[in-house]
Amino acid sequence: MPATVYSYPGGALRRKTLRILGRMLLYALAIGGSALLLVPQVWMLRSSLMDINQIFEYPPSWIPNPWQFHNYPKVFDTLPFLRYYKNTMTILIPSVIGTFATASLAAYGFSRLRWPGRDLVFGMLMTTLMLPYAVTLIPTFLIWSRLGLVNTFWPLIVPSWFGGHIFYIFLLRQFFRGIPRDLDEAAVIDGANPLQILWDIILPLSRPALISVVIFSSLNTWNDFLNPLIYLNDDRKFTLALGLAQFRGLYNSEWHLLMAASMLVVAPVLLLFIIAQRYFVEGIALTGIKG
Amino acid sequence: MAIAVKQTARKRDAGRRFAGPGQREALWGMLCVAPAVLGFVLWYLGPLVASLVLSFTDYSVAGGASWTGLDNFQRMFGSDKLFVKALKVTVTYALISVPCRVVVAFLLALLLNQKLRAVPIFRAIFYLPSIVPLIASSVVWLWMFNPDFGLLNSFLRDLGLDKQRWTYSSDTVLPSLVMMSLWDIGPMMIIFLAGLQGVPGHLYDAVSVDGGNAWNRFFTITIPMTTPTILFNLVLSVIAAFQTFVQAFIMTSGGPNNNSLFYGYYLYRKAFQDGQMGYASALGWVLFLIIAMLSVLIFRSSNRWVYYEGGA
Repeated sequence: MPATVYSYPGGALRRKTLRILGRMLLYALAIGGSALLLVPQVWMLRSSLMDINQIFEYPPSWIPNPWQFHNYPKVFDTLPFLRYYKNTMTILIPSVIGTFATASLAAYGFSRLRWPGRDLVFGMLMTTLMLPYAVTLIPTFLIWSRLGLVNTFWPLIVPSWFGGHIFYIFLLRQFFRGIPRDLDEAAVIDGANPLQILWDIILPLSRPALISVVIFSSLNTWNDFLNPLIYLNDDRKFTLALGLAQFRGLYNSEWHLLMAASMLVVAPVLLLFIIAQRYFVEGIALTGIKG
Repeated sequence: MAIAVKQTARKRDAGRRFAGPGQREALWGMLCVAPAVLGFVLWYLGPLVASLVLSFTDYSVAGGASWTGLDNFQRMFGSDKLFVKALKVTVTYALISVPCRVVVAFLLALLLNQKLRAVPIFRAIFYLPSIVPLIASSVVWLWMFNPDFGLLNSFLRDLGLDKQRWTYSSDTVLPSLVMMSLWDIGPMMIIFLAGLQGVPGHLYDAVSVDGGNAWNRFFTITIPMTTPTILFNLVLSVIAAFQTFVQAFIMTSGGPNNNSLFYGYYLYRKAFQDGQMGYASALGWVLFLIIAMLSVLIFRSSNRWVYYEGGA
């Protein structure tokens, strides 16, 4: 697209000018696009640090004056956000461990061990990508409720111990397939069994992919709204996402507090993104490679 | 050739170590995938069948269930106006939002595929919105859409344009949500970028040698070579669009005038507010069939427009 700028016929000088103009246009687009995409996040942060009067001013200012840091303690006073953090982590940690363990086992079984019907079974599992949650939601809920486990964390944790989402298995399988086979064959000759090979050879070589899986599954649990909504109804058990929804229901027009509450949910995710940005990008890119 | 022979020999040795020609390996393989396969049965296949059965009953939370045959489906297509509305809203949203998202993500990926400085920074910024929990982005967008004090109307006012009511008016609620959906296209953009970077450079050289310009390069190489990626993103975003839920739940409650009554939200209301589990299961199955049909249609059409290397 913008590359067309380079291809006008004409003298060398003209071509050079066009080339520089083209570059400038590309940078302008990238910077403009970035600014546009950052607006909601900056707007959330800025609103969370204002008092009720500033927030309704026109023209709106981007810098709070004065800075209302006590919006944050106020949010903690209004709803038990500390407990929401604790609840969210109580679900998140065992879920991520379960996904890590069972997804890497499955990916190993689907990529490095040969057994009859392997690719067929994998294909079958991949079809779940196209299965809407709506069609499995109700029977699953009814079973958990039969078991008397609604309003506990179990329905939110246990599925992660059965492979988690197929996306993670797919991602790891893609990565495992790229590891040279000679390595495990050498280990087999040394008398290692497949589990030892997975643990000693494959997993250490797959660190980037494993980190991506840990990040994506953490994020998924953190951001999940529908499942906690359905399974948790005692507000002492609420996750952060549910707590924020609750807050939105209670304080409809106190936008400064609502934005501070939103920041409490977003901030840890942003921090994780800043620290581990490359694993997000590499993990996603890996799933885009056809295979 | 010699290497290949050596490797087969080694494989044979390896097989022997596992005892029985590969039998041990097969056993281990099935053992490793067992949890995931069990999960597939417990959380996908089982519920899928169960909800089909439920969809022929009037199972409700209030009291028992009896077999009602096709009643649920007749009600859906016969008398349930809200079902028709939900379907219409969801299809309209998908029809507008999916192509827009795919095109914008593709354009951003093209931009980042140019040799710019600071590409990693731009990439991170473009990606960032997609990690924000949907519940939090729904809340902040709602605030930006606020007709009286929202940021978007103050932009319009700066430009001397009329105020809009955004998600608060039945005419503009869907376009507003489409606009919001253009915000978090990070993952799609990254997948496109990976696709673009996978295009072998020598193909571009070949076009240049033949006297082609950048425009030719784009349409004869870039687009055809990235069609598998386009297909992948298209299918995934159609499926995602049909499952929109949080926006309706947090921002609009399906309104105004039911004009954002997304299918997933309607189903949630039927199941968990009205307790009509049987009817909601029928709704779920219809959604499943729609998504399955659309996926098949897209895949069927794909051999006309998707280019696979090696003609596979």
